[in-house]
Order: sequence, then structure tokens, then C-alpha cells
Amino acid sequence: MQRAAALVRRGCCPRTLGPWGRSQSSAAAEASAVLKVRPERSRRERILTLESMNPQVKAVEYAVRGPIVLKAGEIELELQRGIKKPFTEVIRANIGDAQAMGQQPITFLRQVMALCTYPNLLDSPSFPEDAKKRARRILQACGGNSLGSYSASQGVNCIREDVAAYITRRDGGVPADPDNIYLTTGASDGISTILKILVSGGGKSRTGVMIPIPQYPLYSAVISELDAIQVNYYLDEDNCWALNVNELRRAVQHAKEHCNPKVLCIINPGNPTGQVQSRKCIEDVIHFAWEEKLFLLADEVYQDNVYSPDCKFHSFKKVLYEMGPEYSSNVELASFHSTSKGYMGECGYRGGYMEVINLHPEIKGQLVKLLSVRLCPPVSGQAAMDIVVNPPVPGEESFEQFSREKESVLGNLAKKAKLTEDMFSQVPGIHCNPLMGAMYAFPRIFIPAKAVEAAQARKMAPDMFYCMKLLEETGICVVPGSGFGQREGTYHFRMTILPPVEKLKTVLQKVKDFHIKFLEEYA
Amino acid sequence: MALRAVEHSQEAANGLKEKVLTLDSMNPCVRRVEYAVRGPIVQRALELEQELRQGVKKPFTEVIRANIGDAQAMGQIPITFPRQVLALCVHPDLLNSPDFPDDAKRRAERILQACGGHSLGAYSISAGVQMIREDVARYIERRDGGIPSDPNNIFLSTGASDAIVTVLKLLVTGEGRTRTGVLIPTPQYPLYSAALAEFNAVQVDYYLDEERAWALDVAELRRALRQARDHCRPRALCVINPGNPTGQVQTRACIEDVIRFAFEERLFLLADEVYQDNVYAEGSQFHSFKKVLTEMGPPYAARQELASFHSISKGFMGECGFRGGYVEVVNMDAAVKQQMQKLRSVRLCPPTPGQVLLDVAVSPPAPSDPSFARFQAERRAVLAELAAKAKLTEQVFNEAPGIRCNPVQGAMYSFPRMELPPRAVQRAQELGLAPDMFFCLRLLEETGICVVPGSGFGQREGTYHFRMTILPPMEKLRPLLEKLSQFHAKFTREYS
Repeated sequence: MQRAAALVRRGCCPRTLGPWGRSQSSAAAEASAVLKVRPERSRRERILTLESMNPQVKAVEYAVRGPIVLKAGEIELELQRGIKKPFTEVIRANIGDAQAMGQQPITFLRQVMALCTYPNLLDSPSFPEDAKKRARRILQACGGNSLGSYSASQGVNCIREDVAAYITRRDGGVPADPDNIYLTTGASDGISTILKILVSGGGKSRTGVMIPIPQYPLYSAVISELDAIQVNYYLDEDNCWALNVNELRRAVQHAKEHCNPKVLCIINPGNPTGQVQSRKCIEDVIHFAWEEKLFLLADEVYQDNVYSPDCKFHSFKKVLYEMGPEYSSNVELASFHSTSKGYMGECGYRGGYMEVINLHPEIKGQLVKLLSVRLCPPVSGQAAMDIVVNPPVPGEESFEQFSREKESVLGNLAKKAKLTEDMFSQVPGIHCNPLMGAMYAFPRIFIPAKAVEAAQARKMAPDMFYCMKLLEETGICVVPGSGFGQREGTYHFRMTILPPVEKLKTVLQKVKDFHIKFLEEYA
Repeated sequence: MALRAVEHSQEAANGLKEKVLTLDSMNPCVRRVEYAVRGPIVQRALELEQELRQGVKKPFTEVIRANIGDAQAMGQIPITFPRQVLALCVHPDLLNSPDFPDDAKRRAERILQACGGHSLGAYSISAGVQMIREDVARYIERRDGGIPSDPNNIFLSTGASDAIVTVLKLLVTGEGRTRTGVLIPTPQYPLYSAALAEFNAVQVDYYLDEERAWALDVAELRRALRQARDHCRPRALCVINPGNPTGQVQTRACIEDVIRFAFEERLFLLADEVYQDNVYAEGSQFHSFKKVLTEMGPPYAARQELASFHSISKGFMGECGFRGGYVEVVNMDAAVKQQMQKLRSVRLCPPTPGQVLLDVAVSPPAPSDPSFARFQAERRAVLAELAAKAKLTEQVFNEAPGIRCNPVQGAMYSFPRMELPPRAVQRAQELGLAPDMFFCLRLLEETGICVVPGSGFGQREGTYHFRMTILPPMEKLRPLLEKLSQFHAKFTREYS
């Protein structure tokens, strides 16, 4: 009943169901119901149960680490115990974690981090002077000259200044104010915080948040948790996942009937789609947000991952500014970046920042207050972010090696993007849009009617059924499109391009073979 | 583009458009949130520091940040071994360096083996690196005299605050009179009130007994609970032991009483034990809720739901900035645990450097290890100094007329009660300030000493307190305590 109500409120397509024929929560509810019935175990009922817990939390889903990944974990354990499988390892192509798949960290970044962590090393001849200089600067800005002190809740001051300088350089001189920069525990933290502040109202005036379909499911998860209204706008698959303002207009008009749409989220470059929006498109979106009075969230964590030579990253901030004062003084914007992607792949450090534009000063005060309850983002992640925005420059000792490593990583990613795109385009029944950027392929798969029936008999989304079979037969773990959202009747999966080249080739071949076999089996 | 805007906008002619996000349109729950530890008085302290840097003359040369439990910010040196292990993990090239002891290198290798891609840069699983969860479980077993701990009941977190918020979030449900109520101590660490405000849950205050060194009295829990049932559904009871801001270390008997009470009244127990390594007073001893619960046997041991929290920010390591911590859940419903796992997964994982430091904290060098002697010496020195500072603080404050300070049995704070003359109270009211905030602001302006008014933590009506950390360097502490006492005397005279 609650779930149905949640679906209606969200106004979206029916959600994916779990892999074993039911959602996880109802499976567990069944299990505990069974437990209750057993007569010899007159167990005192717990205080905290599925029925008594926070219903908003129950409604949360996060496919990237969801049921299929849990299944992959089980299979890995079985492999460890020596159980025979048609494969020797599980390939975790479900999550955008480059270093987990063998990408090497950037040397300079780790040198500075080590110096900050254990400052005795500042006396060591094994570290270049430019790394030491950066470490000293960071440490001097920290309480007690140590990464072990809490920083200001907004982040270490000089790091915020460095971020502002980076943004200004990146945007061709468009100024960034350090006071508008907030360091965060990964970009997810910043996104979650901004959404939290934005959500208000009740019933038909409940805040509506526009998100792309397909989307990175942090957005839907946070919206569920906050009991806000999810408003879907569809990216155009036939047009390389382009963002169409007419579709935005349709979505917002429809939403106004049952909620108060206040927020528009854009992911550029896109996740899972990898599309890189054109400048014109960004201008159109900004104008739309201005017209409809929408707060803009620009998730730009893949800004360093653009592969297609025909594409270029344009920051929302820069475009906004260049559109002139009517827009640049009025449109409220929050832009997000992270240390987890790009060429750094420093996911585990949880580094990130957001730049806020045109926020009411009182809101900025509220923002700092809210952040202060959690004290501060991890200072080591802040230090990592500092190096990302303040890398070696020509003339510095470490510049050459740094550039080489960076180019190598990005070149490798571009190569893998192309490889993936090319391979998938050869498979009948798979259609893959160009991978312009980010780290994923999101190919559309044709699932024969018989397979759809088989899935439905197991109460599974058809693409979940497909992905489960793929996992069980090849060990390859990808995330079904239903975890990200897709047009009704279409099926996709998201696979990362992160395995090393040779392994990626093998993986792609295996997926191809599986797909052909699957088509034959369910013909 | 500008042309399009002019065509469409009528408001443009009137100047600034009204914003989407204003105080009125924002999340009202967030608006209600307060966190005194970094609240208005700290903002003023920042301004004063800024003025000092600009060369403005003040009656003091530095601002003393005695508002926050951040030991390293006040000069405490990090313990060497954990930082060595972490540096080796961060930059594994150092495994070839002669500058690091072997045991640190073995630790780092072991940790890296357990990480994705053998790198701290990979996300861990959302509950934390599995091997570190296991190490935490073993630590808990050793600490609790062998009582088993299941690694799968351990969730690593971004500081203890992160895990506390997660558990509270799971518990909040209902509406109106069935809205979840959570019992929290007065005075409390204001993370609790902030989280409850954010979740729109009902805060239910129970008073600690100042006359009896801030003891927890079950009769008072009963009173609070009874009253609360009129307007909410109380479902959880939070205990901070050792206490913050009060520093009291609960007796074993008290902990048993609390557990019995929670069981009878069907309350989920949250035990905030981040100061478990900060116990100074003779005769005080830390007893974990988990251990006491288990030793109480049936029906409690297998049924009382409990979440216990720990952190690397306090103790003797003071690694606040790394944001490391964990929660151990006891007797939690399996399906709810899955939900918790799912919720945690949305934020991917806690920072890996914090996980590494936690690992070293829970598995320190063994007596046979090369780093053992130095580690123990550093640890002892930090804890001895904290104990000395706790004692000194209590002593100096109790010498001051009009200030009464309970023994600082543990944690990192004093929470003295001060008398304020009625005229001062009146003046504060005229200014729209809580009387103790008025006092603390004046103290800050005239001495540079920044402490947090008791009203930020909660206190009995008509009483006034402030929370001051015991963390300033030893040589500075006595002069500071005396300066504060003198200011109080002056303030009292001024408003008599």
C-alpha cells in the first residue's frame, strides 16, 4: 500500500523489482512473517522491524550496489570456496571505480598526500620539491598543522581558494568566489545536502525534483529518502541521449498538476549515458530554468572525461555567466565536482566540492549551519581535491611525469570507450550510442518476447533477468537499465569501460556471445 | 540570449527576481537545526581572529578555541605508528624506504591486499573494508573480555556522527502523536538534537543529575518517558558514556538499570561510546553497553536492540579530520540490517584513510613488535596529560567563587555551573540572548577565550553553564582557567 502510494507520488514508471521475483523488502517481510508463525519460537517482536522502520528509507533503491551486486558477491564467495563455475572470476563492471579495476593513481597526488599524512617525509630526499611545497601549504592551513584536525565546515580556506582559482582558469577567466565553494565528502554529499535544503511543502505543494531518465540513482535515492517528488524527463536515445527542452517543458507541465517543481538536475557528461551536452543545449536549459524558476543542479563530475573529439565540456557556470546579467545574476545554480572520476579515480578518499551561484546569503548561512553538524569533510579528501585543482605546471619538476600519467589514463579511457562502442555496434540486437564521455556504456538490448515472459514469470524486470543470467553464465556483473530508468518497453544495461584493455576485449566478446546465445534461446 | 531574456521577463524591469530558495521556501526542518559547538559564538571567534590578523588591537593576542573537542588543533601530536601505516598505504613506493619500521610495512601491505585494486583510491564495500570490520570485531571481543562480536554487525562510518544519524534515520516514523520520540540526555552533545530536528522526530529530554556528578537516574528516565507518551511514540534511548559535555562515566549498576529500563519500555538503545578511552578519575571504569548487556543474560542479552558507536576522533589518537568510526549493532532485525546496508550503499563508502586509522586503533602494535614501545609511550603521554588537565581544570574552577565544576571523570570537557547575577540575566534578556551566551560572548570579546554556552547543550531551567575543552596545551591551561575565573568575578561585580 505504502509502495503503491510512493509510486503514485513519484509519478514515474513502475520500478524494478528484485531479482528473485520480489523486491528485497517484501522478500524479507515474507521471511519475518514465516518466523512469526513458528509456534515454538515465541519471539518477542523487535522494536525496529520492516514494518516499524522509516518508510522513506524502505523506499530507497540504489541499483549500482543493489541486488545484482549482492548476487555477484555471493558468487565470488562460492568461487572462493572452490565451487565450479563457467568462469574463474567475477568482473565487477557495475561501478565507476577505476582503481579497483587496475588504474594506477597519479604519482604526484599520492606523494603530496603521503607528505601531508606523515610530515617527517618533508625531510626525505625521495620526494620532489614541488610536492613538498604543496604539502607544506596545505598543512599550514590546517589546525595544528595536521590533517588530523577538523577543518572549517566549509573546508580548508586555502583549498577553497585553489578551487576557485581552478574554476576561473577552467572557465576562461569567469571569476569564481572562494566564498561560494564548499568542499564535500565526495560529490554525493554536496548533492544530497543541496537537495535536502530545497525540499519543502506538503501534498500538491511538495517539492518536485526534475531528473533525467536515465539517471544516476543517487538522485532517486535521495528524493525517496527526503520524500520529495521525482519528476522524470526523458533523454532522447535516438539522438545520442540529447536533452530536449520540449521534453523538459512537457515534464514540468505535467508535474505542476501534483507537485511544486523547484529543482532541475542535469548530469553532464551524463551518467549512465555518457552524452556531452552542446553549448547551445546548456543555454536552452539555463533559459528554461530561468523561465520556470527552477534551481539548477549541474553534476559535472565527469568534466575531465570527454573522449569524442567533436565534443567539449562547457561548465554550466561559464555558460550562465556568458549569457549576461539577467541570467547570471538570477539563476540559482549548484555545480558539483569530485576526485573520484576524471584521470585521478580517487574514489576512496571521498573528495569533492560544490560551487553555488546566486544563493541567498541567508541560505548560505543555513548551508554552513547544516554542514557544521557533521563537522567537516575528510581533510585527506580535501587535500586530494587541492592537488586536482592545483596540479604541477610547466616548469615544475613533477610536470612531465604528471602530464604523462594523466594523458596515459585519459588516452586509455578514450581507447576503451571506442573499443566498447565498436564492439557493441557489431552485435545484432544491441544498439549502443557513442560514448562521448564519462565511464560507461549504456547499450540498448533487444529482449525477445519469450524472455520477457520468462522474466515476468519470475517477477523480475526483463533486463534484470538478462543481467542475472549474464552474471551466472559469464561472471560479468553489469547493472540493468531498470536501475537507472528507461522508456517503457526498452531495456538496457550499464557497463563500465574500466577493466584493463585486454580484459575489456574479453568481456565484450563474452557479452556478445552471451547475447547471441540469449537471442537464440528465447527466439 | 540577453534579447530573449528581455522579451520574456517583466520582472527584469523591477530588478532582482525573487529567489527559488529562501528561508521561507527551504526545508523547515533544516531551518530548525542548531549546532552550538560551531554556532554563533564560534562565528564571532572567527571574526575576531580575522581582526587580529588585520592588526586590530585587542585585549588579547590570540583566540583560544576551547569550544571543540579537537585535540590536534590544540597541539596534540598524532601518534606516530598509525600515520606511518597510513603514509605507506597512501604511497606504497614507501614500502621500499628504510625510513619506516617493518611492522608498519607489514600492516600497510595487509591493508592494501584487502582493498580493491590494492589501493586506498578504490571504494570499499559500503560497510567498510571486510578485513577491517573483522579487526574491529576482534578489538571489541578483547575489550569485552571475550564476548563474541560478529564482523557483519559492524558498519564503518564517516566519523561516529555519520552512523548515529543513520541509526536515528531508520528509527523515525509515524505522524503526529505516533511520531517517533527519542530520549536524549540533558545536557547532550547537540548532534542528537540537530538530527532529531532535521528528521522532524520528537526530542524527549531526560535530565542528568548535576548534584550527583551528572549521574543517570532511571526514575528520571521513567518520568521523561511517561510525559513523552502523551504526545509521541518513544522508541529510542540515547546514552553518551563517557558523557559529553559532562564527562561522567556511568557505573556498571547504572548501565544495567538503563538496559533493564530500555527492555521493559521497549526502547532501542543507542550507546555513544566515543570517549571510551578517555577515562581519568580513580574509581571510574568504562563498561561497554554491549558487554553489560551480554553479561546480564536472558532475556536481555538476546533481545535488547542496541547500537554502539566509536570514533578515531577522540581517545589518544585525536584524528578528527580523517572522519573514521564505526557502529556495532546488536540484536538488530536481519531485514532491517539489510535496509541499513542498502541505505549506506547510496553514499558508497566511508573514507578509506579513516578506515585505515581505525584499523590501527583497534589493532595496535603487539608487545613483540618493533613499534610497540614507542606507541605505548606516546599513548601513555597523551592520556596522562589529558588526565592531568582534567584534574587541573576541576581544581581551578572549584577555587573560583560562583563557579562549581563537577569532577571531570572522562571525555575532554569541563561543564562548570556558574552563578550569574540577576542584573546580568536581565541585560541578556534585553539583548535577546540566553544569559550564558551573553556571558560567553563577553568572555570572548574581552579575553579571546571561546567556550560554548550551556544553553547549546541543554540544562535545567535557571541554571547556567559553559563547556570548555581541557585540550589547550598544559602550559597555557592554568593561565586560561584563571583568566576565565577572573573574568567571571569581574562580570559578577559589574552586574551586582
